[in-house]
This record gives sequence, C-alpha cells and structure tokens, in this order.
Amino acid sequence: MSDARESRLTIGSDAPVLSIDDLRVTFVRRDLDLPVVRGVSLEIGAGETYGLVGESGCGKTTLAMALMRYLPANGRIDGGSIALDGEDMLAVSRERLREIRGTKMAMVYQDPATALNPALRVGAQIAEVYRFHGGLSKADALERARAALERVAMPDPAATLRRYPFQLSGGQQQRVVIAMALAGDPRLLVLDEPTTGLDATVEAEVLDLIAELRERIDASILLISHNLGLVARMCKRVGVMYAGRIVEDGPARDLLTDPRHPYTMGLLRCVPRFGMRKDQAGLVPIPGFLPRLGSGLEGCVFSPRCELATDDCRESEPELDHWSDAERARRARCYHSDQVSGMRAAAAERAPGAAATSAGGALEISNLGKIFRDGRRRIVAVNDVSLAVAPGEILGLVGESGSGKTTLAGCVTGLLKPDDGSIRFAGQELPRSVAQRGSERLRAIQMVFQNPDSTLNPAWSAGAILGRAVNRLGGLRGAARRARVEDLARRVRVEPQHLEAKPGELSGGQKQRIAIARAFAGSPTLVICDEPASALDVSVQASILNLLAELQASGGISYIFISHDLAVVRYLSDRIAVMYLAELMEIGGAEAVFTPPQHPYTEALMSAIPTIDFAHPRRRIPLRGAVPSLSAPPSGCRFHTRCHRMLGAVCIEQEPPWQDVGEGHAYRCHIPADELCDLQVAAAAGDPE
Amino acid sequence: MTFDELAAQAAPPSERVLRRRYVVRRLLRSPTFLVGAGIVLFWIFMALFSTHVTRFGPLDIDPYHTLKALSRLHWFGTDENGRDVLARTLAGARSVLVVAPLAAVFCLFFGGTIGLISGYYKGYTDEIIMRFVDVLLSLPVIVAAIVVVSAFSSHTQGSPGAQAAVVILVIGILFTPPVARTIRAAVVSEREKEYVQAARLRGERAPFIMVAEILPNILAPIIVEGTVRLGYAVFTAATLSFLGFGVQAPSPDWGLTISLDRTVIQVAWWTVLFPALALASLVVGANLLADGVRKVLSE
Amino acid sequence: MLRLIVRRLLFIVPTLLLVSIVIFLLVEVVPGDPGRVKLGPYASAEQVAQVDHQLGFDRPLAQRYVRWLGSFLTLHWGDSWNLGVPVFSLTMQRLWSSAQLAALALVIIIPLSILLGVVAALRRDGIADRIITVTSLSLTVIPEFVSGVVLIVLFAVTIKIFPVSAVAPAGSGPFTRIYHLILPAIPLMFVELGYIARMARAGMIEALDTAYVRTATLKGLPRRRIVVTHALRNALAPTVAVIGTQIGWLVGGLVVVETLFNYPGIGKLMADSATLKDVPVLEATVLVVAAIYMLSNLAADVIVALLNPRVRFGR
Repeated sequence: MSDARESRLTIGSDAPVLSIDDLRVTFVRRDLDLPVVRGVSLEIGAGETYGLVGESGCGKTTLAMALMRYLPANGRIDGGSIALDGEDMLAVSRERLREIRGTKMAMVYQDPATALNPALRVGAQIAEVYRFHGGLSKADALERARAALERVAMPDPAATLRRYPFQLSGGQQQRVVIAMALAGDPRLLVLDEPTTGLDATVEAEVLDLIAELRERIDASILLISHNLGLVARMCKRVGVMYAGRIVEDGPARDLLTDPRHPYTMGLLRCVPRFGMRKDQAGLVPIPGFLPRLGSGLEGCVFSPRCELATDDCRESEPELDHWSDAERARRARCYHSDQVSGMRAAAAERAPGAAATSAGGALEISNLGKIFRDGRRRIVAVNDVSLAVAPGEILGLVGESGSGKTTLAGCVTGLLKPDDGSIRFAGQELPRSVAQRGSERLRAIQMVFQNPDSTLNPAWSAGAILGRAVNRLGGLRGAARRARVEDLARRVRVEPQHLEAKPGELSGGQKQRIAIARAFAGSPTLVICDEPASALDVSVQASILNLLAELQASGGISYIFISHDLAVVRYLSDRIAVMYLAELMEIGGAEAVFTPPQHPYTEALMSAIPTIDFAHPRRRIPLRGAVPSLSAPPSGCRFHTRCHRMLGAVCIEQEPPWQDVGEGHAYRCHIPADELCDLQVAAAAGDPE
Repeated sequence: MTFDELAAQAAPPSERVLRRRYVVRRLLRSPTFLVGAGIVLFWIFMALFSTHVTRFGPLDIDPYHTLKALSRLHWFGTDENGRDVLARTLAGARSVLVVAPLAAVFCLFFGGTIGLISGYYKGYTDEIIMRFVDVLLSLPVIVAAIVVVSAFSSHTQGSPGAQAAVVILVIGILFTPPVARTIRAAVVSEREKEYVQAARLRGERAPFIMVAEILPNILAPIIVEGTVRLGYAVFTAATLSFLGFGVQAPSPDWGLTISLDRTVIQVAWWTVLFPALALASLVVGANLLADGVRKVLSE
Repeated sequence: MLRLIVRRLLFIVPTLLLVSIVIFLLVEVVPGDPGRVKLGPYASAEQVAQVDHQLGFDRPLAQRYVRWLGSFLTLHWGDSWNLGVPVFSLTMQRLWSSAQLAALALVIIIPLSILLGVVAALRRDGIADRIITVTSLSLTVIPEFVSGVVLIVLFAVTIKIFPVSAVAPAGSGPFTRIYHLILPAIPLMFVELGYIARMARAGMIEALDTAYVRTATLKGLPRRRIVVTHALRNALAPTVAVIGTQIGWLVGGLVVVETLFNYPGIGKLMADSATLKDVPVLEATVLVVAAIYMLSNLAADVIVALLNPRVRFGR
C-alpha cells in the first residue's frame, strides 16, 4: 500500500505509461505454491527508460511476462494491479489484449535465434504486425516491413526481407526482433535480457542500436538484465530486485555510486570492475544462497546473507520506502541504509597475489592445429597456435565464441586430439590422446568445466566423486583416501556433511567447489579453467574466483583461464592471450594487452564492455559485419573484414607478421608497434565524451 | 564465520528424496497407471490360478455340448469341441505372458548394450552398428517375424518349447533396434556432458564410464522403453499366434483361438469375441501402465 | 535437395542387398533341403535330389545367391510352387488389391488423425484432449485381428450392416467394392490413428511452447494465424516422418487383416506362402515389401526436408 503512495510522491504529474502496484505472481510446482513475484510496485513515465536488475530467480522475467499477461499454465497473478496507459491490464478482454499486444506494448527477447519462426521469411514475420494490426494488404505490409528494417539500420533491408532467420547473424536476428517490436509503435517496449548469450562485440552493436533508437522513438522502455553495467549504461532509473521484491530503486547513476541496500552493494562488490587486479583488491562474494521459494520468509529476505543484519531485520521486513530521499527520488528497503556505504571499507580484503616463477615453461604449445570435419566441410578450429605457460602463471585466454579457445584447451587436456603441432609439458612431449598419457600426467593436468549442472555425475554423491578422483589421481585407498577427501572438502570450503549429498541437492556454487576439489585431487601442476564461473550468478561467481586464486597461489600451480569476460580475465591473469577465428592475435602481460599498442581486435573487445564507471566512460569501437565462417576464413589477416584500422590491400593479401612490443608482449598486425601506439593514444585523447 | 564459510552453508532439504517420493505419489495418483497396472495384475493372477477359479478346465472336451450359447453353466458358452469359453479365456493369457515379458527383457538387454556401446564410441563402431540396425528395421516386424519363424518351423516341429523359444528370440531381436536407437540417443546426449569428460581426464576406461558413469543416468529412458516394448511384445506375440506362427493347438491362447474359431464366427460369435476382448484388455492395460510410467518419469 | 534424394537412394541399394541376403538365407538355407521342402516328407531321396538339380539347389551357396538375385533383378521370378502361376504377375496383382485397401485406410486416417492430434494439443489437458489421447492410444495397441473380430461380430453378424467378405461379387461397381473394403480398413485405421495423432499432438504442443509462438502471440496476432501459420507448419515435420515409417506397420497390418477377412492381397499371399513353404512367392513378396517400405521412408524424408527451409537452401 505505502509503496504506491510513495511512488506517486516521487513521479511527476505526467500520467505514467506503466504502473504496477503490489503485483503478486505465484507458480505451482510439484503441488507447491511458489510466490515468485511478491508485491512489486513500479511506475515508468512517458519516454522513460527503466532498468530492472537482479540475479536469476529473482522474478524479473516473470514480472515481464505477467505484465504481457503471458504466464504459463502453472502461474497465476495473485493480486495487485497493472495499468498500461491507465487501462487495467488485469481486466481487459481477450480481444482487447490481442490489440494491446504488439501495438501498445511489445517485447524483445533473450535469444533472437529461437524468437523468430525458423520456417517463415523475415519479411513475412515483420509484415504480420502491419497486416493484423494496421489492416494493410500483404504488399503494403511488406513495404512497411522494409522501412522497419531500415529503421534498425539493417544492411540491405530489401534482400533481408526474403531471408530466413537462420541465414542471419545473431546481431541481425536481434535487429529483426527489435524492428518487429517497434512495428506497432508501442507505448511500452520490454527488453528481456536482450543481449545475454550474444558475443561481446555483437552485444555492443545491439546496445548501440537500442541507445540510438531510444532517442528517436517515444516508447517507454523496461530493460531487464542481470548486468549492472549494462543497465547503468542504458537506463535513467533502476530498480534492484531480490527474491520477488524490489529492494532499492532510484536514478541509475545515483543508485550505483551510492547504493543504499546491502544487496546492491554486494552486487557491486562481487564483480571485478574492468582494470581491477587480484593483487590490488579482493572480490567480496555475497554469502549464502537465494532463499528457497515458498519457504516461510520472515523478516527481511536478504537478512540471512547480509553482514549488516540485526535482530530487527530478522523479525520484520522493512518497507521499500523505509529509507527514502525524495529529492534524489531514492528508496531502499533496509533498516540500515546509512551503514551501507561503510561496507566498502570492509571490502578491501586483499586476495593473495601469486608470483610467477619465470624459469622454464610448464607448458609449451607450438604450431598447434585442430580440424573438425562435418561432412565435406573442414572446420579449422585452431590454426597454428604457439604459446607457453610458465610454472605458477595464470594465462588468460580470451575470444568470442568460435575463436577456438575451448578447442585449444581440449587439445591440452588430450580430450581432443590435435591434428598438427606439438604440446610439451614439463620438458616432455605430451601424447596426443588422454588415453595414452599415463597416470602421472593425468594427475598433473586437470580441468574445471563450465557448467555446474553437468560437471558432476548426478548419480554419485559428492564424496564418492572426490573419492574416485583421489583414488585414480592420488593413488590413495581406505583411510588415507577418506582423509584426503575431507582435506580437499575443507580446502574448497564444503562442509563434511555435504559429501553425502548428490549433486541434485547442492547449489550451483557448491557443485563448482566439488568440481574444483576434484581437479585438485592429485595435486595438479596445470589446471585448465574453462569459464568456471560464467554459468553462476554474480554473487556466487566471486567466491569461486577467489577460491581459484587462493588455490593457485598456495601451490605454485599454472592455470589456463578461459573466459569471455575481459574484466574477470584481467582481474585474475598474469598474462593474456587473445584469439580470433582459430588464430592467436595477441599475447602479453595482463596490463600490457589492455594498453596501447594493442591489437585492433583487442581494442574493440575492450571497448565493448558495458561499464559502471561513470567517471571514465569508454569510447565504443563498433565492429563491422558478422564473424566470418570458420570453414571459409578471410584471406590475409583474418580480422580484416571487421577491422576499424585496416590499412588496405596488404591486410587482405598478406598474413600479418608478429609485432614484438617487448617483455613478452606481441600482436599480429601489419601496423608496427610505435605507429599503432600513436594512433590509439590519439584516439583515446580525442574522445569526445 | 567468514563470508566464504557462510557461502558454504547448507542447502535446504534433499531434492532427491523429495523427487523419489514425488514419483511414487504421482504414480499412485495417476489413473492411467493404476488402471493399467490393475488390468495387468488381473491377467497375471489368472494366468497363474485360473484353473482354481473356473468350474471347467480349459482343455476339457465335452462332445455333447458343442457351440452352446451363453448359459448359467457356461457363462461364455462353449466352442466346437464343447470346451468352456470362460475357462479358456481366463487361461488364455499364459502363453502371451510368458513370451512377451521374456522378449521384452531380451530386447532391453541387447538393445541397451548395443545402444550404450554405439552411443559411447562414436565413429566407425557406431556407424557399423547403426547400419546393421537399419537393415533390421527395413522390414515390418510382422513380416520379418513370419519369415524367421517359418524358416525355423521345420526344426522346431513337435516341440512347443523350442517353438516358443524361437518366437521369443525373434520378437526380442526385432525389437532390439528400436531400443538400441532410443538408448543410443540418451547415451549420445549424456556422453557429451562434462562429468564424462572429467572421468576420461582421470584415466577411466570405457567400460567403467559406460556402466558406472552413464548407465545410472539413463535409467529413466530404459524403464520407459521396457514398459513400452512389453506392450508391443504382447501385440506381436498375439498376432503371430493368430497367423499360426506361435503356440499350437490345443492351447487356449487367445490369438490361436480366434484364428481357429473364426470359421464358426457366424454361428457362435462368443467363441471369438471373449478371447478378443480379453486380449484387448491386456494390451490396453499394458500400454496404459507404460504411458503412466512415461508421463511421471518425464516430468 | 536433389543430392539428398540421390544420397538416400544410394543408401537404399546396399541395404536392400543385405536384406536380400538375409531373406535368401532364411528362406532357402535355414529350413533345410529346398527339394525336400517342396516335395514334402514322403518323397524319396532320388526325387528330392532330382528336384534340387532341376532348380539348381545343388550348386554352391554363393553361386545360388547370385543366380537368384540375377533372375530376380531381371524380373524372372519363376512360378509359384503352390499355385503354379508366374510369381511376378501374381505378386503385382495382389499388390494392387492391397494398395486399394491401404489407400482407403490412409486417405481417411491421415487427415483425421492429424486433426484429432492438433485438436488435442490445442485443448491440452482438457477433456477433449484426454478423450482423444486415451481412445487413440487404446485403439492403436489392439492387434488388428482383435478389433477386426469385434467389428465382424458387431457389424456383420449381430447387426448386419456390412458384408463379412471383403471381396465384392465380380462385376460390382466401385462403390460396392469400397463398401466391402470398409470393415477391413477400420482395424488398419485404428492402429495408425494412435501413432499419427500422438505424433501430431506432440509436435503441435512442442511448437506451441516455442519462443517463436510466444513472439507471435505477443505480437498480438489472431489465434488462427498463430496456430496455422506459425505452429502447424513446424509441427507437421515429425508427423510426416512418422507416417513414412507407418507404411511399414501398415503392411504388417495388411498381413493380419487380409488373413482375417480372406482378402487376396500381398499380405495374405505372404502369410500363405510362409505357411505352405512356397519359396519363390515368399522371397518375392518380402523383397517387394522391403523396397516399398524403404521408398516410403525416403518419400517422407523428402517431404520433411521440403518443409524445412534450412535443407531447401542447402545448409
């Protein structure tokens, strides 16, 4: 109740486009009522961009679906109201709802590849909106569809009309979806994780488009995302959701620079900002788990995970406007808002830095090549890659999907057999297949996988999984084996009683901890971490990254750390290798790679990161075109089709040489180091923003 | 407590136990499953004990009361040899209930093994096995069964046991390819998972990975496939009897009875109708049971 | 597209060759001496040897197979041991009769079962869905001879609406002939009904649950447009594939139904020749059935490919 009163107070006299009041949505799963949205109130004014942030399971997507009145059969709206342009969305007739969808509100979805009908031409799918809402003829509707594609800056719109979705790249598909959503001139545009799952450069392309459209269309926008940086960049106002409730809201910039809810602060502290290094500042994970839906939630839902929580918090829940600042249009659902800023100091706990011992190479990869065959097509997934990892060093491996980084890791572990080149480990040639490597090397080279849900055998208990690994890799049996399992569990901070549990009973973070313990069962010297934290919620990510850093530092172990997240890689790695289309493009010290001179591709990747650093906004370098196919890579420099610093024919005709910058930093480009450095420094200085 | 220690705190009660209880509860609440299981249990009981229930034996001939219509004495009438149709109908499940489950177990075992092996080893092993499977699938089951059973009939003549063994083997072999395909598909999607890679990475051998790592995780499709194949096996066994390639007279087997007595259908419809209804109830029951299991396990 | 068809056809050839070897072994080798099989247990050893020599059964196995395959491919299928007529014309004539019966069943059941499946999907978990699902599942699993017998008892013996015989008197018009075929066609339809309807329902439910149907719904399109243009198109592919494989089941059903109704089709011919050990007829009918089965699967694959733009545009 008071939420609504408060929001009326904060918004101006203009009637809001969307007004949600005390909305409650419940799902029924296995005969249990699960309240997913628990009393959310928010208003979005005309032309306003509102961002909703939260981790998976916080109810943000359900909220969007509820307001589109599109809940699955086991979901129901339990109470509250939704008004769109003053019209009660919970009372509209079926026919009216059909009219509203597409014309008054429209949606852009997470995965454009599945959101488009694979069997219909793109033109027909866009034209439908004009045919069934505007009553236009087929031909007229198609003409309008062409104009709609033009509006989203689609190259060659007329030809695109006749294409099928699978013939378009991910970025183009999302353009089509956006064009379709805008076709009916909606009052409200809902963007549900519009760039999640897209590559960094494609994400930047889509975000640029949305930012630009925002100025030209008069629709209000509701942007839903788990990414604080993205929301900060796109939205004027932000609401933070936790466990089905908004815990804090306010203007984006103000809220992110001066958070007043411990959860918001937690989210900010647990992701590395770009430029942060592990030896400068530690990440602070949010402890504990999301509360289980449907369990009796008493007091503040965040209190079990909150370092500020007191008995008050555990007894009764504060209202959203418990702390409010009308002038700044800020509200927070917290009894201790004043102490939130003080949490920052506690965060300066430093993760231990690891010093790489430079002598000799732990791993030397030379001229490695891997080819996959799909029918008659040859796909060169890794082409002529040479690099070395020193003992005790963390090598970050960066690149977009299809760059070959995971294939490269597969070759190192022996799970994939390379077709070309050699891998030497501790001075000896490694057999190509894992089956020929022998127990000593199996022990020494281990891997941490990406997906916590499939990394552990669901039929085995955590203890059995570790036991088997200790037995196979450490050669221990009986009591020694049991002791070693318990020791491992302690090191990854898994309670002994959880060793009895099967993976289905563990949280994502716990599963990943067990998987890490399994890799360390035989005291490895090289561990390959393939996106070990990407599938986890940000609040859990931090603790996994901390754990990995700590284990590495304690034993002089080398890592190959694969990630698409540049900030994470920069935070953790000593050196970084950048791959593009199966080839190594740049390699060097973690800081060197991110300062000029750097490969134009690295430069573009770096510019694509959405940032919450308002003081130093970065200049965006848009990459042209789509990622070329691996089965027919471009001639000369593989990056030339998209490069913003292309010189001319030389890039198309000749393979670029390695340019040595010194101190182990080198990149592959036709532009010499000093020249490139000047260009890039000048570009940064001339930055208009 | 540090944050990391907090982070390692307990996850709430066991999801696995909840799920197992849930499966049992859903099965016991699924009308499809209950009706199916009831029907199948009824016929199993009758196959074992029908002679203790009925007044006449299924093979008792009465030359003075042939082709009698329904009466107090013979509820379902009598056939052309004066045998009680009720007694024969209730006893008629025996042969099918021996042949079908054994055939289902056979195809499940071999299909499962083949599916496991060909799904785990990609490449040539898989290619060769699946080509062979395609050949077996290139003939309709009934047609293939007829050809095989008749080919061996000159060797099995006069030995009902050998005849039944051939029928079991034939159905079992012909049902092996579809089972192998289903299991293979399950294995293929399972073997790509990271826990299998982790096992390879600690040097586990292929048999261990197949049996200890993958098998426990594909039990659901195996159980479903088993119940589905049981239904098909009843269908096929009964059809073979009807075509004269199954059990031989004077067995009260339903398919055989219908095949022999259809010559008198115009004068004594009861001799074929009741075995037909009985058989229909068994196949429907078996399939309802399979459907119930499939639905609950796939949730 | 064309490449797909050629590739599949090239695949059918070795498969059919393997099938022919298996059939050859099963029919001519496993049962024992073919001459003995032909003449029966009371013929003398000399007579058997003479027949074996006449028919070439005393030659080496490989040679026999090659000769048999050669004459089969050149359409010299020999004479029936039992009926004494040429096997080729006999098989083709019976095939034609069976095709009429099968066509009648398919023409009715394919559209009907797809319609029922789609209706069930649209009324998912409702009463209509449950009735359609349970009925079609039950009818599908009942062997053809069982439903056939029940139908005969009900509609030919008790209430005499349909004739017991599937064969119309000589010289009857097309309507009378179809009328005689209705009762035998129904058991075939029952069995097909469940498979096709279940597949159509599953395909439709899957399509209705996709993100692109959600997109279409949230675009505010009319229900009809969503169901027909967006969902149905994508939902039909697996159904068509299943119909292809169902042709094989249908042949199995024909064996049973033709036997029950005494209808002179290829199924009954096959069953009789297996019972009576009429070797040339059995070999011919089984190979013809195998070829038809594989070609109908190929046809289904081609249609599925045509429905999918990805394949049409060669990717």
